[in-house]
Amino acid sequence: MHLYPITAYHYLVLAAALFALGATGVMLRRNIIILFMSIELMLNAVNLNLVAFSRLNGHVVGQVFALFIVAVAAAEAVVGLGILLAFYRNKETLNIDEVNLLRG
Amino acid sequence: MTAIGFSRGDLYYLLPELIVCTGALLLLLADVALSQQRQARAAWVAILSLGAAATLLAVMSASETTIARGTFAVDGFAIFFKLLFVMSAAVTVLLSHRYLTIEGGRPGEYYFLVLCATAGMMIMASGIDLIVLFIGLETMAVCFYILAGFLKPNRRSNEAAVKYFLLGAFSLALLLYGMSLLYGLTGSTALRAIATALASGSSGRLLAVAVMLLVAGLGFKIAAAPFHMWAPDVYEGAPTPITAFLSVGSKAAAFAMLLRIFFEGLPAFHLDGLGSVFGQPLGWASFFYVLSVLSMTIGNLAALTQTNVKRMLAYSSIAQAGYMLIGIVAGTPRGVSAALLYLVVYAFMQLGAFGVIVLMRREGVAGDELRDLAGLSSRQPAIGIAMLLFMLSLGGIPPTAGFMGKVWLFASAIEAGYFGLAVIAVLNSALSLYYYVRVVVYVWVRREEPGTPPIVLSRAMIVALAFAAAGTLALGVYPRILFELAQASAASLGRAEPMLGWLR
Repeated sequence: MHLYPITAYHYLVLAAALFALGATGVMLRRNIIILFMSIELMLNAVNLNLVAFSRLNGHVVGQVFALFIVAVAAAEAVVGLGILLAFYRNKETLNIDEVNLLRG
Repeated sequence: MTAIGFSRGDLYYLLPELIVCTGALLLLLADVALSQQRQARAAWVAILSLGAAATLLAVMSASETTIARGTFAVDGFAIFFKLLFVMSAAVTVLLSHRYLTIEGGRPGEYYFLVLCATAGMMIMASGIDLIVLFIGLETMAVCFYILAGFLKPNRRSNEAAVKYFLLGAFSLALLLYGMSLLYGLTGSTALRAIATALASGSSGRLLAVAVMLLVAGLGFKIAAAPFHMWAPDVYEGAPTPITAFLSVGSKAAAFAMLLRIFFEGLPAFHLDGLGSVFGQPLGWASFFYVLSVLSMTIGNLAALTQTNVKRMLAYSSIAQAGYMLIGIVAGTPRGVSAALLYLVVYAFMQLGAFGVIVLMRREGVAGDELRDLAGLSSRQPAIGIAMLLFMLSLGGIPPTAGFMGKVWLFASAIEAGYFGLAVIAVLNSALSLYYYVRVVVYVWVRREEPGTPPIVLSRAMIVALAFAAAGTLALGVYPRILFELAQASAASLGRAEPMLGWLR
């Protein structure tokens, strides 16, 4: 059996797949928490992309960028969950279809 | 030579941002330290720190340099935008004061978030590195997510925050994926290095994907169609002063970022092998062409049928983003300066219009429906005149600033050879008059319903509205100073070099 080495390109393909998966989740799922997790998946696809490119380009900038994204995504998650909590207290549901007071 | 950390010069040029951040932290302290009766002083802290930042910006207005090892530009372009942000933030604080007492929010937290959002915008205007731009964007966006949902017991405010947060985070993911591809293709996050790398190589298919993702991500932030779905809902549900700040500050900051990325980082990008349209090679300008036409048309058509003024102004602001994109599509120095000029003009008229809506909010009246405006002119003639001015300006009627701004934008499109775009813009402008005039009819012709509570003016409100009205009128009658300022600022884009001399 012959094993192919895993190169940076494999990571890029994986990242693209994860990103597409996350985007699909955002389009199709109705629970806001799942939507939020799908968005996190997209952000982590970006991180994977950055780290793979960083390796490919042979310098560290991409990894620094990824660290910044991790930190900011954490801050965003805190705020987002706070917002969802406030929403849930008033509405007692987390279905995106129930977000309908403001007609779109 | 390149020491880690900041030099003295770096700190000097960062002072405006640092002052705004210090003001924000002081506000957090004040929120805890001040008693309930003295909470009103929080607004003063906010105004004073914004004033100090504006003074410093004016002092360093002639500088043209990059700091923090070439990631942060302090040039005419950045200072132009920062002054705009500080001004809009100050007007927002003035508008918020009484609104907050009616709605019952903690002023300390509120102004803290407003100042933090301002600091984020300022970073966006100066960043010439993808990481810095991203940090600035998120500093601003996270504050706005909270501010949109600031009225916690209010369901509409909750919904606005949920929608803004989900779509904002989604658009951020698109933008970041585009940035990561751009980094991978060019090997750098510095915009100038990206431009250099792209100038030598050819533009492949992956680059086109990256550019499309950047356009989509930024399109969300400037609320351009077809990425505008969040705007009407968020604008309607958010507290009105925040809607004003969101539609002016956040849009202007996203435009600053867009100009930085596309004019400084991707000036040479065009799609190979796809032919040309109207004799121009297909490039990012083509994407913005589509965005501009869609925004103008969809924004104006949807605004026609709205009965809620906040929602109508939201659609109108989508259309206004379409007008501003004309300058970007033209891509000439004149086009860019026209876009900058229009952003300032737009800030005055939009803040003014939302200011009047804030004024209509009083005990027992939401004040954001069109019928709530009925009879305004007979109760407060001065406010009626101001609203007339803002609406005429938004519609682009002389002698207001909106007219001068539109003339310059459309002229830049014609100069660059985009006749079709100019025609569409003029037609749209005519169409928009319908709903702007409708507001004027309600203010000046319709009688008020008996028994509605009186409209009480506060000093802060008068100052804010007078400022907006004066700007709208003065820039229409004598736009020359702003013309020159916008031209100089647009010209400084991409010219700043690292500094030498004693400050280093």
